[in-house]
Amino acid sequence: MREKMVLYFPASVVEQPLTYSLIKEYNLMVNILKANINPKMEGRIVAEISGKKEDFEAGLDFLRSRGVKTFPLEQEIVWVEERCTHCGACSVICPAGALVMERPEMVVRFKGEKCIICEHCITACPSRAMEVRY
Amino acid sequence: MTKKTYEEINEKIRSGAAVVVTAEEVISLVKERGIEETAAYVDVVTTGTFGPMCSSGAFFNFGHPKPRMRMSKVYLNGVEAYAGIAAVDAYLGATQLPETDPANKSFPGHFNYGGGHVLEDLVAGKEVFLDAYSYGTDCYPRKSYQKAIKLEDIPYAVLYNPRNAYQNYNVGVNLSDRTLYTYMGILKPNLGNANYSTAGQLSPLFNDPYYRTIGMGTKIFLGGGVGYVSWFGTQHAPEAPRGENGVPLSPAGTLAVIGDLKQMSPKWLRGISFLGYGVSLMVGLGIPIPILDEEILKYTAVSDEEIFAPIVDYSQSYPQGLGEVLGRVSYAQLKSGQITLGGKVIPTASLSSYAGARQIATILKEWIQKGEFFLTKPAFTLPRSNEGVDYKRSVGEEIL
Ligand code: SF4
Ligand code: SF4
Repeated sequence: MREKMVLYFPASVVEQPLTYSLIKEYNLMVNILKANINPKMEGRIVAEISGKKEDFEAGLDFLRSRGVKTFPLEQEIVWVEERCTHCGACSVICPAGALVMERPEMVVRFKGEKCIICEHCITACPSRAMEVRY
Repeated sequence: MTKKTYEEINEKIRSGAAVVVTAEEVISLVKERGIEETAAYVDVVTTGTFGPMCSSGAFFNFGHPKPRMRMSKVYLNGVEAYAGIAAVDAYLGATQLPETDPANKSFPGHFNYGGGHVLEDLVAGKEVFLDAYSYGTDCYPRKSYQKAIKLEDIPYAVLYNPRNAYQNYNVGVNLSDRTLYTYMGILKPNLGNANYSTAGQLSPLFNDPYYRTIGMGTKIFLGGGVGYVSWFGTQHAPEAPRGENGVPLSPAGTLAVIGDLKQMSPKWLRGISFLGYGVSLMVGLGIPIPILDEEILKYTAVSDEEIFAPIVDYSQSYPQGLGEVLGRVSYAQLKSGQITLGGKVIPTASLSSYAGARQIATILKEWIQKGEFFLTKPAFTLPRSNEGVDYKRSVGEEIL
């Protein structure tokens, strides 16, 4: 299976090579899409994790046992459709092809599975139809 | 030769016999049946546009509190409304920011809330905080007044937009090597994208390029309610260069419009934020065009392939007012998602909503078909030349 996950690392474990363990001990492929550490030294990684289902679950259990919070990525960037005017301004800003203008209908669609939560659209959308939700 | 009058068309609307089509539908109709037959068949063509229109705002009269007050400073949700008019009157502009907004101090500013958003909140029926101050007079002793109000509590609220529905507009690009944050949206460096902002073949003034039917008193769809064209808009520039089909090749005519704010809806009056630029208002506006003769019909049949917009560099030419045009592209090319400039393929995006424009033209069509909306003959049509119009315009002054 393959899934995009958001991982929150408490300050105490930020420096441990946990993703290395995922690869080495749980045979998982970890493709890091985005990583940052806030001023409180808590880390946040968005990664696409793939491998066998049992390895995937064991790997995530391992992370959680170390205090890492895990969420599936879909929960993160939300397209508030009723606020969307279908202008299309976001379509040239989104680097992942997750916000696309469908032609000839000229309506915009959000393809959540492609989103790499770069968050560019949050402030680029004039009507604030894109939201980050944790 | 088809000849119809406003009265005849209104009579057909009343009896339910009027044939109404949108400015999109009329294109294929003319292709199938030709100008003559279509002009005889169709009575009204409806247009629409739904885009950022900075020159928008509303006049309010708040009614007097007791004791009475001459409001000299008025804030709605912290956004100042101009109160330099009568005692409890004020005008709230769409681009006004709250005094607390850091604007571009931390660049690019986010501009999450401003005048346009207050207008949207009001038409959405939300409570808005009115905060007013005065120096006090013998007749108006009260010095301060605070109250949470809703649109229904405000005795008088009228949308009055001094410049809407621009007939054509620039395509913004960026020749520099840094990202630009403009009213044309985010322009990525080195021709990273090209942003445009009209509804092309659906846009009102593209369908009546010489303003044969549009003028003071034309009844329109405005913000979800009914409004009127009240005058020509600021920067109205009918003498812009035109193509053979009469369609201007650069920003030309504009409209001043007015309508009862209480009829309007947050779907068609939408507060918006331009990163690094400021706040504004998306306005939904639609105009019905009576098919009085074949020439008028021919103009409404204009399609995106035949309408051209100037490409303008927003790193140099626009801000410096140089008036240089890098080239022209048709709205068909713009809407395809990419244009080519100097051999480079550039992705395009719109700030105006084509889907919204289409919906507005359709709503207006339905209003007319149901006999709920009649056409008005303007007291005068928009000026077609600068003659007799007392204003000056210099090159590169096409400010949104
Ligand atoms: S920029 Fe915002 S409003 Fe415009 S299409 Fe994208 S999500 Fe919708
Ligand atoms: S967060 Fe980034 S990738 Fe996701 S939709 Fe927004 S711009 Fe596209």
